[in-house]
Amino acid sequence: MLKDITLGQFFPGDTIVHRLDPRTKLLAVLLYIVALFQAKGWVGYGLVLLVTALCMAMSHISPKNIFKGMKPMLFIIVLTALLNIFYTAGTPILPGWIVTWEGIDRAVKMILRIVLLITGTFLLTYTTSPMALTDGMEVLLGPMKKIGVPVHEMTLMMSMALRFIPTLIEETDKIMSAQKARGADFESGNLIQRAKALLPILVPLFVSSFRRADELAVAMESRCYHGGSGRTRMKQLRMERRDWIALALSVLFLAAVIVLRRLGL
Amino acid sequence: MSEIIVESLSHVYSVGTPFQKTAIENISLRIPQGQFVGLLGHTGSGKSTFVQHLNALLAPTSGKVLVGGTDINRDKKARRDVKWQVGLVFQYPEYQLFEETVFADIAFGPKNMGLKKEEIEERVREAAGFVGVEEDLFQRSPLELSGGQKRRVAIAGVIAMRPGVLILDEPTAGLDPAGCRQIMDNIRQYRAGTGATVIIVSHNMDDAARLTERLIVFDHGHVAMDGSPEEIFSQPEKLISIGLAVPQSTALAMALREKGLDLDGAVFTHEQLIAAVRKLKEVGAC
Repeated sequence: MLKDITLGQFFPGDTIVHRLDPRTKLLAVLLYIVALFQAKGWVGYGLVLLVTALCMAMSHISPKNIFKGMKPMLFIIVLTALLNIFYTAGTPILPGWIVTWEGIDRAVKMILRIVLLITGTFLLTYTTSPMALTDGMEVLLGPMKKIGVPVHEMTLMMSMALRFIPTLIEETDKIMSAQKARGADFESGNLIQRAKALLPILVPLFVSSFRRADELAVAMESRCYHGGSGRTRMKQLRMERRDWIALALSVLFLAAVIVLRRLGL
Repeated sequence: MSEIIVESLSHVYSVGTPFQKTAIENISLRIPQGQFVGLLGHTGSGKSTFVQHLNALLAPTSGKVLVGGTDINRDKKARRDVKWQVGLVFQYPEYQLFEETVFADIAFGPKNMGLKKEEIEERVREAAGFVGVEEDLFQRSPLELSGGQKRRVAIAGVIAMRPGVLILDEPTAGLDPAGCRQIMDNIRQYRAGTGATVIIVSHNMDDAARLTERLIVFDHGHVAMDGSPEEIFSQPEKLISIGLAVPQSTALAMALREKGLDLDGAVFTHEQLIAAVRKLKEVGAC
């Protein structure tokens, strides 16, 4: 049950998209998002859709996986669509109806925008390991160290949090089984009873998380860990030719979308 | 009566996904009331999956588990009721302690059974007595106790439900030798006091050899060997080929036999080894 969470999941693979430098992918996704919000007409949206489909095909991520991860967002998508359909002024589709052609047009574009936004970011997290992602982020945010932002510490915290999600899920499963063996009931009762029933899981989980954090701190200190400055990496990030090509294509893509917008398409 | 009957039990994890894995396959066995059973097998042999079927924590992919004649997976109520009948103590049970006091934590199981206050108190005292937790610890926080004490409080939490079958997964893992001995004594005491069936999952061959009446050896999701300790340890080669160790005395006896000493019978405790060597000496063979 708990193992079905796909949030931030990484699907290992060996496609060109997987092999790109994480910095390239981060920047490309940034450009992609800007382009997505620049698209206005149907031609513009069509172009973004085409590029997204192309990236998906290249990374061998099946649409099924993308939609599975999108389920929690379904509510927001439907709500946005409904609001746009009913609250847009224009020509009614039938005389006397509140639903207008403009409303439908906007609703479809809104759905498309949200779905594409999620798909784009999923493509990033599905094809990039969390470690590579935080490494890339640290380098990209590097300049902010000059104004005193603790970039290294922040990205370290992020990678540790990501690293411990599966561990915590496993631990929760174990504690749940142990409490069930003592007759704990998590499935029946009203909301308050159910919330109360979570206590026997949460308390041990907190205790063990603190213990784990403590052990991790000791382990890091005993290996003389002292933060970001002067630290070298085992895996150096290197921009290859394919990275520059990918970046150039991304810029080109953004430019194309902007031109289309200017042309009113 | 809580006789356990397992009929062609199989369990497959993550059916229909790329991670599909058969954990146990077609296991059938009978454990009569009151037997002291040891489950052996290396990591991933399916023994943990197997014991979680005995109190309906896991539902079989196919096959049946009967406890005291009832199918424990018959309906929701049966699945819950079997928890009182078959008490399962997980590995490192001290990590499941959560109440503010030792007393409240031991009382968690009986409280879930819906017992009256007096009955709960009586059971908590009884359970604490079996595992040697003194009453002046009752109002302390379980988190302040030492590792061995925590473990015993956690075991008391299961014993307080007065299960007819007590299953313990690696109950001595991570304890010092004195702590191990104490836990094993507690378990023996519980069995002597209540006549319960006890099933211990263990890596410790010496414990398994000394205490149990029957050993079941798991290998790759199947029962590879099933019999009394005498029967099992008289085939040490088979145990070793499965990847398990043998008791120290059996290992020593094997080494002596290799050197040409003709030791008698199955040897798996120190006493038996000493007796066997004495016997040889009397005959004058060494």
